[in-house]
Amino acid sequence: MRFLPLLVSLLLGASAQAANLRWAAQNDILTFDPHSQNHATTLTMTMHVYEGLTRYDRNYNVEPALATSWQEISPTHWRFSLRKGVQFHDGSPFTADDVVFSFGRIRQPQGTMQIYVAGVSEVKKIDDYTVDFILAGPHPILLRNIIDFRIMSKVWAEKTRSQNIQDYKAREETYASRNANGTGPYVLKGWEPDKQIVFTVNKNWWGRHDGNVSDFTYTPIKAAATRVAALLSGDVDMVTDLPTQDVERLRRNDKLKVIDGHEVRTIFIGLDQHNDELLFSSVKGRNPFKDVRVRRALNMAVDREAIKRVTMRGLSIPAGLMVAPGVHGHSKELDQPWPYDVRGAKKLLAEAGYPNGFEFTLDCPNNRYVNDEEICQALVGMWARVGLGVKLNAMPFATFIPKILKHDTSAYMLGWGVATFDALYTLQSLVRTQTTGADGSFNCGRVSDPKLDAVIDAIKITTDLKKRDALLREGLVATRDNAYYVPLHHQLRPWAMKKNVSTVHRADDRPEARFTRVD
Amino acid sequence: MLAFILRRLAQAVVVMLAVGLIAFALFRFVGDPVLFMLGQDATPQDRERVTRLLGLDQPFYVQYASFVERAVQGEFGLSLRQMRPVSALIVERLPATLELSFVAALLALVAGIAMGVYTALRPRARLSQLLLAVSLIGVSLPTFLIGILLILVFSVQLGWLPSFGRGETLAIGWWTTGLLTASGLKALVLPAITLGLFQMTLIQRLTRAEMLEVLRTDYIRFARARGLTDRAVHFRHALKNTLVPVITITGLQLGSIIAFAIITETVFQWPGLGLLFIQAVNFADVPVMAAYLCLAALFFVVINLVVDLLYYAVDPRLRIQPA
Repeated sequence: MRFLPLLVSLLLGASAQAANLRWAAQNDILTFDPHSQNHATTLTMTMHVYEGLTRYDRNYNVEPALATSWQEISPTHWRFSLRKGVQFHDGSPFTADDVVFSFGRIRQPQGTMQIYVAGVSEVKKIDDYTVDFILAGPHPILLRNIIDFRIMSKVWAEKTRSQNIQDYKAREETYASRNANGTGPYVLKGWEPDKQIVFTVNKNWWGRHDGNVSDFTYTPIKAAATRVAALLSGDVDMVTDLPTQDVERLRRNDKLKVIDGHEVRTIFIGLDQHNDELLFSSVKGRNPFKDVRVRRALNMAVDREAIKRVTMRGLSIPAGLMVAPGVHGHSKELDQPWPYDVRGAKKLLAEAGYPNGFEFTLDCPNNRYVNDEEICQALVGMWARVGLGVKLNAMPFATFIPKILKHDTSAYMLGWGVATFDALYTLQSLVRTQTTGADGSFNCGRVSDPKLDAVIDAIKITTDLKKRDALLREGLVATRDNAYYVPLHHQLRPWAMKKNVSTVHRADDRPEARFTRVD
Repeated sequence: MLAFILRRLAQAVVVMLAVGLIAFALFRFVGDPVLFMLGQDATPQDRERVTRLLGLDQPFYVQYASFVERAVQGEFGLSLRQMRPVSALIVERLPATLELSFVAALLALVAGIAMGVYTALRPRARLSQLLLAVSLIGVSLPTFLIGILLILVFSVQLGWLPSFGRGETLAIGWWTTGLLTASGLKALVLPAITLGLFQMTLIQRLTRAEMLEVLRTDYIRFARARGLTDRAVHFRHALKNTLVPVITITGLQLGSIIAFAIITETVFQWPGLGLLFIQAVNFADVPVMAAYLCLAALFFVVINLVVDLLYYAVDPRLRIQPA
């Protein structure tokens, strides 16, 4: 009888074959505190250790995680039943107290994650396994929005004096920025900055692993060529953040495979539609971008297929809408790019009073998006064909972004990802007239359309899904047809790995070890 | 002697203050860290609040003054990117950079002198021609290209050495070392060659030129006339006299090896100060950039001071102070 456990573990070992995964991407994390920094790589790592009440399944549908079910008592009052018998990695039990505590913690002003509980005014404990969310108003996408609101153990936080998120002014480091205690599928073993983050599987996890990864190591490798070399030499098993020029070569390598997928990020050009005279242009006394014919002409003069073929080496989806496939509200039928039509564009420009075109400056980041500067260079050439003299002003993202946020630009390139997988996120930040909060927060060209504002404000509070979908459609189509932006493409993000690794491509560019197999 | 050291130290302080001032004047051109800290979801009100909280709305000289005030107390503030004390970050990264730099410098010195002597003694040998050609490549190719080429050959094609990282490290107190583990030593080879190659070719060419010069002098001729062996002439008399300028140059180059390890560290994902700095630049992480630049200035100042003191010890003429 004493051998039984051993036998069982041997059998299980044989069937599940615990495997080790070494994965490399470009950036290191900023902290391990799940409530501190809204930073893509950081969230990708913390999500392996900390869980929220809800989570995405393979297809980005919301499914239960630490909450098992929920119920809308009224449009502003939701009740969540919590999963019983869940333990944090240190063995302490998960209860409603942890949810209430984490809600207070993520809202602290020194963090940047409050967005994930936006619209929630209070979280109340009803009993140990029930919490109520009191909302400021109807919140149609609450379940999606709270996915990155992750739960930390209250007892542990108090014991390690980590009740507060790291403060800029503090002299000491919060324990929770380098240590972790969640309920998730993996346990953090160690983080050596710029070197590696090591995880091991959580044997007591409540969920089911689709893969067989028992240990995994994440290595940030900043230099693209080195990252690819590390995969080629077998030092790592999987690489994300691939340089576009290497993808074809990796595809041809018979020891490797490349899985394709897009990212929910749309690359576009924004135009100043506010100033009465463009800041950086040859046109004096008026703003040509206020004329819808000019904006349409700009759209029609862009050969998106050529950008895809030449600049992106096939790694883009030409865009007509401002949101990518996979985002709620997107549909193939709506996402038709403007037809490439040089003659039509010239005609529109002539009608608008610019038969000989005009000149303006295009601001462009050169270290943020895939081939950003090259795309802008291609645009300069394409717009020249319809008589527009475009001066390219490329600069690092760190100087670019303050410039466009100050509206100190006439035309700029930007990429917009959608954290909630819902088109409201894009419409609200980019198209809604700028007021306070998230409304128009990145509407750098100051698009302002009262009719569209009304639609967007209605989307925020409409909980009837059918009505809401119709409104989303209306908002996206109006943005497209009024040519408020020049959408270029949705980025593709292939991942490369050894032949024996298989995983599910994620449109938020966050690989998950629980979906990964190494055979 | 003491007055000399004190004077140099006072000058060092001035140099570091000047570096800091120039750095702070330039930081506002690097970009706005608040945008990176808060991400795309932040509201303009949040950004304004944090900008004020961090004092980034102040003019640069005010920011600089408060930086100096804190730096004097040994406090460099918190990294905006990682929210950790800058001093802790630097202490954590310093061993990696120093180990890499010293191994690279040692490699450059030993191999450079050996190659320089050989090419001076046998100028017409095939190997000499080859070494000179190789050194020309070393001088002319940019560091990142050399690094990538080495990775391509020794990691991807041959599979002998790791393509990135520092391997396993052992902690001795606060110091971490990769010199005591097999994987650490293997990981050190390619970055050290990459970083040291330029200095190596420099030392090789300098040694060769100096050696050729010395071999033509009268005392070498007399030494030969006395019937000394080639070995004694070349190494005891000639080489010794060529080494003085070589050591001076090596000392001065050490500072630039440490300060300019940035590219090598980026190519090899070497977790040192250079990598920390380059990421700070991308993020506009002002406290880290400021501390790094001051530290680099400190390295240069200290090394120059040591070289000056060595001169002082070697050359008696310097000890006679002008009135």
